[in-house]
Amino acid sequence: MEGLKYVGKRIPKKDAPLKATGQAVYIQDLKLPGMLYGKILYSKYPHAKILRLDVSKAAALPGVRAVLTGADVPNNFKFGFLKDNPPLKSGKVLSTRDEIAAVAAITQEIADEAVDLIEVEYEELPGIFDPIEAMKEGAALLHEETKSNVLKLPWKFVNGDVEAAKKESAFIAEDSYTTQWVTHCCLGTSGCVASFDVSNNLTIYSNTQIPSLAQNDFLEALKVFGLKNKRVRVIQNTIGGGFGSKLDTYAYEYIAILLALRTRKPVKVVFSREEEFLATSPRQPTITRISQGCDGNGKLTFREIEMVLDNGAYTSWGATTPSVMMVPISSLYKVPNIKYTAKCVYTNNTYSQAFRGYGNPQATFAIESCLDELAIKAGIDPVEIRRINANEPGEVTPQNFRITSCGLKDCIEEVVNRLDWKNKHGKRNGRGVGMASLIHVGGAARVYKSDGCGTIIKVDDNGKVDVITGSSEIGQGSETIIAQIVAEVLGVGMDDINVINNDTDVCPWDVGVHASRTTFVAGNSALGAAEKIKAQIMEIAAKNLGEPVEALDMQDGVIFSKNDREKNIPLAKVLRKAHYTLGGRMLVAENFYDPPNENFDQTFRGNLSVAYAYGTHGVEVEVDRETGQVKILNYIAAHDVGKAINPMLLEGQIYGGGLQGVGYALGERMIWDRGYLKNGNFLDYKMPTVRDIPPVQAVIVESDEQAGPFGAKGIGEPGLVPTAPAIANAVYDAVGVRIKDLPITPEKVLRALKEKEGQKV
Amino acid sequence: MKKEITFTLNNEKINIEADPKWTLLYVLREVLEMTGTKEGCGYGECGACTVIIDGQAVNSCLYPVMEAEGRSIVTIEGLMAKNGELDPIQKAFVDEGAVQCGFCIPGMIMSAKALLDRKPKPTDEEIKESIEGNLCRCTGYVKIIDAIKSVGGGR
Repeated sequence: MEGLKYVGKRIPKKDAPLKATGQAVYIQDLKLPGMLYGKILYSKYPHAKILRLDVSKAAALPGVRAVLTGADVPNNFKFGFLKDNPPLKSGKVLSTRDEIAAVAAITQEIADEAVDLIEVEYEELPGIFDPIEAMKEGAALLHEETKSNVLKLPWKFVNGDVEAAKKESAFIAEDSYTTQWVTHCCLGTSGCVASFDVSNNLTIYSNTQIPSLAQNDFLEALKVFGLKNKRVRVIQNTIGGGFGSKLDTYAYEYIAILLALRTRKPVKVVFSREEEFLATSPRQPTITRISQGCDGNGKLTFREIEMVLDNGAYTSWGATTPSVMMVPISSLYKVPNIKYTAKCVYTNNTYSQAFRGYGNPQATFAIESCLDELAIKAGIDPVEIRRINANEPGEVTPQNFRITSCGLKDCIEEVVNRLDWKNKHGKRNGRGVGMASLIHVGGAARVYKSDGCGTIIKVDDNGKVDVITGSSEIGQGSETIIAQIVAEVLGVGMDDINVINNDTDVCPWDVGVHASRTTFVAGNSALGAAEKIKAQIMEIAAKNLGEPVEALDMQDGVIFSKNDREKNIPLAKVLRKAHYTLGGRMLVAENFYDPPNENFDQTFRGNLSVAYAYGTHGVEVEVDRETGQVKILNYIAAHDVGKAINPMLLEGQIYGGGLQGVGYALGERMIWDRGYLKNGNFLDYKMPTVRDIPPVQAVIVESDEQAGPFGAKGIGEPGLVPTAPAIANAVYDAVGVRIKDLPITPEKVLRALKEKEGQKV
Repeated sequence: MKKEITFTLNNEKINIEADPKWTLLYVLREVLEMTGTKEGCGYGECGACTVIIDGQAVNSCLYPVMEAEGRSIVTIEGLMAKNGELDPIQKAFVDEGAVQCGFCIPGMIMSAKALLDRKPKPTDEEIKESIEGNLCRCTGYVKIIDAIKSVGGGR
């Protein structure tokens, strides 16, 4: 790793100047000639029959070009993971975010006015808002074609013999933990612009995190709409925040497509902030029953978890979060015996989706809170029980994860030292310290059949390098990381590299920005492509310099002989030689990297990721016994990242993730009251502001992952995974009460303190 | 009924016909097609639409355009020098890694700029006060504070 010029350096983001000058074009900023503006009408009730839907007044409003209802959706088209979601609902609505009509008009104002003119008569039906109620026998079915409100998804993992282990355990801790709905709060709201050409090929500008999969979804939709053998082009404008919210395709995209098809004009649908709260899919709330045991020495003996997830009324990819919850459940610390089941349950609430961590934060909250309870029962320091059971390199976990690099122990010690754990733990004087760790996929995740990413590199005869990658930039910095890797391999400057990453007509295939996979997969893909193009360059240079390829190197865009620096040729000249020679050639290389990880088998075993990311967060808090307020005095976030390709951007991921975690732990909650969202705005939904940031240290632990590009592992999601349990554990250490229901609000802390006082009397 | 209105925008006089119910943000984005100023919520809670009016950072989504009469307004488009050189605060945001998705950044920079123009070496508390109305979901604010501090010579 010595002598690296670009990798490992604090290099500013390539797209930052565009964004800092206001020149970046987000979906909000995009205007096409003749473009119309769409607006969606949502259901007034969480569960109702639509008796009458009259769009005549809306259609008659001057400037309105189309009004669509469920009747206009061709061939009963439905989308989503279980294809249970029509883009416009007819007959019956199942949640207050159900789309029932949509308008396209020549201005946004006219479109907004038109949806208000749509007349709907409903017959309200009783709703089910509690997944436990929905699971009961005889509960009304949300989707009549199903036999149960429990989704037919087999989330179950068993290893060893939990019952026997229970009998042999010296100590057992058991309890229930619950988590809430939280939403991504992307500052740029969701939106798209759909447009058809004369041959009915679709171009859609979108914020999506999954251009290749979205392209396929839209292609499937066109087929159902009767448009066979068409092309779909997905172009990503600058994306104003993702965090998993754009890991699926949504009704608004299909609505824009249908409106564009009807009007033969480009149609833009961009959410208002209220819509963003109402109609995007939050992190799923969970009810977790957990039991963990250890022997007399603190060695973990078993972990048993039953989980219920509120799926909401329709099914997105979010219903697969239990597969990622399995990662910490099976493999955070060494636990020989595991039993896990999860049920996703239909309710008349908003439907859930992916959010940074993909289920991991919910599972880790239960595991790490319960682990502290177990440590208390066993009379062991919470640090000690984590040291005893910490994962190590070379380990094969119950799910058959093959642990390669693992810096967990180092992360724990970083937290212990930086928090001054020894002197601060166990005082119970209103101040306390707590910690929690994480495991997450760090070398991509084989969720689909392929986990690959393609890269094409071409060099032009000015010596400039175009890197065309399948991966997407959503603010996380992948564009810069890829450029750094290519610059390092080739020996050209950062400014000589242009990364093209936003157009399916140009870019190769990629699964998408999920599973913290982009640096690892797109980085490896780019690395391979750079090596291939370098070999081509060197071959031509060798001929021209009369030197063997092995003797050559390239720096700052100049190829030279290592034996004689005077023998050199600039890259641009090599290219001209290649282009201007009779029978010449282009300099183009392609590389597809699909990591050697494994799909789960039917027992949910398989090496899901090539590498695993670890981390430990430690928190010191002060709890006000009068108000119940929790104040974070010190926050340490230590992460095993393999190798930091760009420490500055990496810290940004840790700080940003960490504060999202603090919001999750201490304040954020979407209030869905019997199917109605009560706090769908920034006034009432308490997303952290600059006033809420604690003193925080991001600690980078490098474990040099052999399979990673220059040793790197993924870091996109881990930053928020262990935050909530670390804080909950610190609150317990401060005042002796355990909050088992997120968020940890002052009211809950006060109530718990009062109950504790009551017990004393 | 549209009315004529005159104000200074990024150091240039401008005269437009505006509907009195329009906000300044609407005029910037929809009439003048200056989309550097962002709309994150439309009700003054996120700060993405911040511009500087007579030296004060203001949410342009709540600002009736008729109030702009005779005033001097600076938007994100007005910070870069004519030769393409970034304003020191823009450069600091770039160099310190304060930009991720970037949607909040124009507003964030304008809030910081208003502070720095008034107080070239602000305290931590003043920095926080200046951006407490600007929401960011990506960065955790740490590097944004670092960036503002670096311009004030604080680092």
